[in-house]
Formats: sequence, C-alpha cells, structure tokens
Amino acid sequence: MKRFLGFVKKEFLHIFRDYRTLFILFGIPAAQILIFGFAVSTDIKNAGIAILDLSHDEITQQLTDKIISSGFFKKTDNLLHYNDIDNTFKRGKTKAVIIFEKDFGKKLISEGKANLSIIADGSEPNTATLVTNYTMAIVNDFTKSFAGPVPNNSLRINPEVKMFYNPNLKSHYMFVPGVITLILILICALMTSVTITREKEFGTMEVLLVSPLRPIQIILGKVMPYFILSFVNVILIIALSWFVFALPVKGSMLLLLAESMLYILMSLTLGILISTVSSNMQQAIFISLIGLMLPTVLLSGFIFPIENMPKVYDFVSMILPPRYFIVIIKNIMIKGTGLLFIWKETLILTIMTMVFIGLSVRNFKIRLE
Amino acid sequence: MSEEVIYVHNLVKKFGSFTANDSLSFEVYGGEIFGFLGANGAGKTTALRILSGLSKPTSGDVNVAGFDAYRQTEQIKKNIGYMCQKFSLYEDLTVKENIVLYGGIYGMSKALIRERLTELLAKLRFQEYENRIISDLPLGLRQKLAFSVAVLHEPKIVFLDEPTGGVDPITRRQFWEMIYETAERGITVFVTTHYMDEAEYCDRISIMSEGRIVALDTPSNLKKQYNAENVEEVFIKIARPVPS
Repeated sequence: MKRFLGFVKKEFLHIFRDYRTLFILFGIPAAQILIFGFAVSTDIKNAGIAILDLSHDEITQQLTDKIISSGFFKKTDNLLHYNDIDNTFKRGKTKAVIIFEKDFGKKLISEGKANLSIIADGSEPNTATLVTNYTMAIVNDFTKSFAGPVPNNSLRINPEVKMFYNPNLKSHYMFVPGVITLILILICALMTSVTITREKEFGTMEVLLVSPLRPIQIILGKVMPYFILSFVNVILIIALSWFVFALPVKGSMLLLLAESMLYILMSLTLGILISTVSSNMQQAIFISLIGLMLPTVLLSGFIFPIENMPKVYDFVSMILPPRYFIVIIKNIMIKGTGLLFIWKETLILTIMTMVFIGLSVRNFKIRLE
Repeated sequence: MSEEVIYVHNLVKKFGSFTANDSLSFEVYGGEIFGFLGANGAGKTTALRILSGLSKPTSGDVNVAGFDAYRQTEQIKKNIGYMCQKFSLYEDLTVKENIVLYGGIYGMSKALIRERLTELLAKLRFQEYENRIISDLPLGLRQKLAFSVAVLHEPKIVFLDEPTGGVDPITRRQFWEMIYETAERGITVFVTTHYMDEAEYCDRISIMSEGRIVALDTPSNLKKQYNAENVEEVFIKIARPVPS
C-alpha cells in the first residue's frame, strides 16, 4: 500500500508540474461551459430586423413598436422599397424584414384582414426559423388583443403552448449537460491514454513493470489522480452553471454525482484501452480526439436529436457511451427524475465499463508476453 | 567462486512456432560482471525478460536470486534492479523525488531512503542537484543517477540493458567505474551491450546467435580459443561465420 501511495503521489506531481495538463484539466472545461453557454446560444436576443412599411398608419406603427419592444429584436433599418431587401440582408445586420402591405390599417379595420410578409435570411436556417416563429407569435398576440370594430365570427382554435421543464426554452438546459458529457469523456480518456503511453515512450514503463509493483497497481496508480480531479471537475462545472446560468439540479445531487463517477470510471477505462492499442502519445491523442470528440458532438444527441437521424446513425450511436450519459444527466438535472427512469442507461454504462476493463486486461497481457 | 545467483538450465522460450531461446544453460555468480552479447534478434531481450520476471519460460529451469522464474516472479522482482537503454528517470521530477519514488516502490523505509540519498549525492558530488529537475541535468549525470537508482535498494542482481547507448566515451568510462564498484560490493551485474570494447571489461561473456548461446567464457579465454585480437573479432567470427 505504501508503494502504491508513493506512486500516486508521483502522478499528482506530474500533473501539477505541467501547466498544460492543468490547463486541459480545468481551463478547457470552464472555457467550454462559458463559450457554449454564451456564444452558442440558440436563443434570440436583439436579432436585427428591418421594417418595410408601405402603409404608414397608426396600426402598423403599433405593431412595429410591439415587435421591437419585445426584447427579442432591434430595428436595424426602415426600408422604402422592395429593392432594398436584398441589400439590407447583404449588409448582414438584419435577420428578417417585415413588410406591411399598402393600406394595412385601413384593410384591417374595414375587411378584418390584412397581409404582412416576413422575409427571413435563409442562409442561416436556424436563426431564420427562430426569428419567424417569434415574429409570428407576436403578430398573433397583437391580432388577439386588437379589438377591431368588426366582430370576429370565424371559428378559432387557440393552442396554448407551454414548455415543461424549461419554460423559457433556454439553450443552457441543453448545452450544460452536453458539455459535461463531452468534456468528461474527452479529458478522462485523453489524459489517461496519454499518461500511460508517455511512460511507454520514455521507457519508464519497463522499469515499473520490472519493479515489485503489480501491473494492476501501476494502472490504478496512474488513473486514480485523474479520477479524483475529474470528479472535482464535475462539481466545478455544476457550480459554474449554477452561478453563471442559474441552472439548477432538479433531481438528487447525490445520484448525479454517483452517475458522474460511473461515467468518469467508464471514460478512464476507455483511456486505458486506448493506451493499450497505441504505441506513442501522438497516436493516443489522435484516437482520443478524433475517435471520441466528433462522434460525441455529432452522434450522441448532444446537439442533434437522435430521433431525427437516419437509422444507420442511430445504430452507430448505440455504441457511444455519451449517448447514455446525456440521457441520464438531462433526466437528473432538468427533469429531476430518479434512478427508476434511468436504470437502463446506468446498466449499459456499467456493462461498457466492464467490457473496457476486460479488453484492456487482455491487451495488456498480450503486450507483456 | 562464490555462490550462484542466476541458474539457467535448458531454458526454452517459444512464441507460437518461433523459438526465441533454444535451450540456454548458464550460471552467473555473486559479484560477477556478466556480459550478455548477441546481434539484434538473437534472443537477448527475451532471455532478459524471463530473468527479470516479466515473462515466463516455456520450459527449462530458471532460478534468479534463489527464486523460481515460474512461480516466484514477485520475489525475483524485489531482489533485482533494472536499467534499460531508454532513459528511466522521470524528467519532470527532481533528483530527490525520483529517488524517493523508486525507494518507495521497492519498499524502503523513509529513513533508509534519506540515508541512501545523502550518501549517493555525496558520492556523486551531486548535492547542489538534489532539488533540480532531471531534464535540467546533462545526459552523463542522468545516466549515472539512473544506475544509482537501479541499485538503490541493494538488489542481489542488477540488469543493465544496453545502458551506455548514446553516451560519450568519457561518461562510458566513468559509468563502468561505477559498475566495478557495484560488483565489488557484491552486487551481480548482468549487462547487455553492443560495444565490444565494453565486453572486455566483463568477467565473463556469453555470445548468443539465433536463440542459442554459442560461446561462454572469460574474454581472454575466448580470444585465445578463437585466435583473435579482441572480443570484436571473436564476435564477428562467431555471430557471422564466413561462408566456406
């Protein structure tokens, strides 16, 4: 045991002496959370909007005011001509143009019906969809509150939409769990695979293997510090998203931490497995980054919903551990569910961990022979 | 002659159908400097791994430091030291940290580590380097330090796998002085090398070729036997026989 502790201490020394390792461990997660939280926000805030008002009456003025004062938009331009639309989009500030037809107010009062067009910049499809949806919602709202002199006797169904768990549709709810999932697997797998292949490359692994330390002690000793530090990382990220984005953990904190431990363990064993198949650090880094980062971002359901993918990708994503952890962490953090609803995912992660351990032990033995 | 510390009789190691070691037999005695020579691929590394408890023989008797190489590899590991051709100290740790680490791994007490550390630093005139990081030290110093660390726990045998690769002649000479000193303390030195002049420094040498030991004797006897000027000539005559 004393031998083992000395070995663990040495691993901590490696980490704390190398500012790059420290930066990867703690700097990148914090940066990722902040970048994803602020910059990659899919919420609309102050989207540029231009008005082409061909009517210029009291009602168009009221509606324009309502749109601008909603907080989602800011007016970039008052256009005079259809010809100006193309130009205003090209300047890039404007995401949508709202066009009121001629005699908009008059028609609305006399006929109970008037037309407006929303033209959005389709080169950014996500923003365009969001902008048009928001605008339509405001216009609908305005129509309802507009007490026109003409009684509205057509039959109307008024759907009232409410977003459960995330009433304001804040994108942090999606990104924070995703970033935790991505960062943990990346850092754990990358760090362990690099730290083990480094010993191989420098020849110190030979010396360790010839020493009275057992192979299992060597591996545990190398992995233990990363386990502890990654766990600190989880707490840090949760605290950060709480303080900066006011994102609460609805479910049991204890369960969340326990599941995170399982996921960290899984990622570490994956890192060990990577180290047994790569002969140098470059290879380990390459496998960890390309092999884990891209599939996690694209296929785990982090950004793109798995349900909308072609069946093939769905199958591919089934072997990706992050897919299951995202479900777990979203359920606990946002919906506040307990183990009852996530036991399947938990079981799958546990099995994956065992498989990775088994494969690593086998590869390790082959290498020793 | 003192007692045997390594006893190998009919050692065979096979990988599938390939025979890496073909019935090796030899003994190494306490305090001896035993040179283990052979061309690349002759089976030196395989034999070295078996002797150091890293892999198990296919058949034959192997006994290292009084322990059996089939069942007592853990005991063997505690009683040997090892230094390999690649550099074996942690470059981002200080001299002291490296020594404390290896001492700890070999189960030495803190007081003993402290004592050996002071002794070692004094002997190598190393005191001012105690808290320096290894990568700041010149290569020659590192090499000597790596060797000192390998024998820190006073093992019965120390295995040196091409320890002087890439080192200048002066450092190599100093390094061999350390080897002599160690052997005088009663630690057996088992060394593989490519440098034939180094082979001359050994008490006895064995030469391997294609998995077999083809010669084993003192350097002077071998030179006589093969009518050669130096060990290099012996080696060339044995390892690459002239086609007749």
